[in-house]
Amino acid sequence: MKQDNAIEIHNLNVCVDDQRILKNINLQIPSHKITVLLGPSGCGKTTLLRSLNRLTDLYKELKVTGQIFIDGEDILKPRNDIYEIRQKMGLLSQKPYPLPLSIYKNVTYGIKLKGVKDKKLLDYNVEKRLQEVGLWDEVKDRLHSSPDTLSIGQQQRLCLARGLAVKPRLILADEPTSALDPHSSKTIEDLFKKLKDQYTIVVVTHILRQAKRLADHAVFMHFGEVIEQGSPDEMFSNPQSPELKKYLIDGN
Amino acid sequence: MRRRKRIEELFFKILTGLACYSLILVLGYIILIIFKKGINMLTLDMIITAPTGGYYYGGEGGVLNAIMGSLYIAIGATVIAMIFGVPAALFINSHLQHKPRMQGFIRYLLDALWGIPSIVYGAFGFMVMIMMGMSASLLAGIITVAFLITPIVIRTFDEVLCTIPRGLHEAALSLGSTRTQLAFKVLWKQGFSGFITAVLLAFGRGIGDAASVLFTAGYTDLVPQYLDEPAATLPLAIFFQLGSPIPEVRNRAYAAGIILTVIVLIISVSARLMSRKFSKTNLN
Repeated sequence: MKQDNAIEIHNLNVCVDDQRILKNINLQIPSHKITVLLGPSGCGKTTLLRSLNRLTDLYKELKVTGQIFIDGEDILKPRNDIYEIRQKMGLLSQKPYPLPLSIYKNVTYGIKLKGVKDKKLLDYNVEKRLQEVGLWDEVKDRLHSSPDTLSIGQQQRLCLARGLAVKPRLILADEPTSALDPHSSKTIEDLFKKLKDQYTIVVVTHILRQAKRLADHAVFMHFGEVIEQGSPDEMFSNPQSPELKKYLIDGN
Repeated sequence: MRRRKRIEELFFKILTGLACYSLILVLGYIILIIFKKGINMLTLDMIITAPTGGYYYGGEGGVLNAIMGSLYIAIGATVIAMIFGVPAALFINSHLQHKPRMQGFIRYLLDALWGIPSIVYGAFGFMVMIMMGMSASLLAGIITVAFLITPIVIRTFDEVLCTIPRGLHEAALSLGSTRTQLAFKVLWKQGFSGFITAVLLAFGRGIGDAASVLFTAGYTDLVPQYLDEPAATLPLAIFFQLGSPIPEVRNRAYAAGIILTVIVLIISVSARLMSRKFSKTNLN
């Protein structure tokens, strides 16, 4: 059973000053599945996602305690090689943030950090990753132009391709479709469903319908606590807690 | 009611417009006066020759010594300011990013340094110069002006860097960048236009400042050849000539003013063009 979990979180607490943003989170995230973190804004789901690749380090006021095991290694131990850990996961944020480099270099950025210099290998990666996200045909003639010329949906897919290029095990997505139109959103969702064979995907969303469409495993959070988790069919048709019941009523 | 709104709108349009256009008028007037007084004296000789013996009494010669001295000092100081300023600004925005208090403190210090009058830098430079056993020279001038403009480079570049969204930082870091790679691969490129503005502003301030070079660079009628020789500067050339009782020499001061203005203009325009060109081609 243990091998099937990509991430195991034990007693994770995140505090700002005296306020606890995350309270005793204990969670197993199954590998090669889409886990959806669902909950109202401000419930701590984004913070939980950020803890997973230690972007919480950027905010000194956040005190993180507990354990997060990825590949049997507790990533919260301070002496860990954080850069290597971060390359195990690709991050997709609410808005696409393409690097100020060409489309080609956006994809190769992470690979080059790993020390790959071989031009052929880089070319191969660019083509393969862009094909994976369905962007290759749209950009193959302008690989060396700025990503600013792409639509925001294309930019988001570029950001996904860039994350996939470092060969991560996990994809962390923080409301990845919130800035996108319905078409682009669907493209991203379809991509996730396709990619879950190879990657473990964690998606944060507050959109109930999206959670229903995507989730293999759903986690409902409220005020920094995990209220309910389980298979989405069961959870959404038969909610146990009053919080989730209310959320389901409001969300439909 | 509708009438009142229209009058109100018109009133404030005129008021704000007046404030805006009067600035342009003042600027135009300043340039007009300088050109009117100096244009007759602005000959080719003025630009390509150094002063001869009787120059300050209306004799032959030009201000090449001051042009070259000013350019040397401003370029030298800008290079030094860049060498210290660029890494400093990047450091504030990468390694200090998670320490907002320290960031604020350093920015406050730099703003304070920016606000110190240049004559104080001049006095400080003079003291350092004496302590190091140097005499008034090109090098002492460069160092003093570098002190003056380094805070300008850092803060101007920093102002642009700190508008770069957190999301871009996070994107670069989550791809496995170290903070140093974030600074030099991402922030540097994203903030490049800010770097150009910073250099431009610093150069303009450096070439036009008189007080900081008053004690430190000295003055000479020769074009400086080495760093340990004294150097003339355009602001001081203007100052000395304006103090002359001879009207012709005073008008030469305005001619030197034209030269100084035109140099700053050329630098500023070409830097802007350069920045535009770079931001298009810096992708590869």
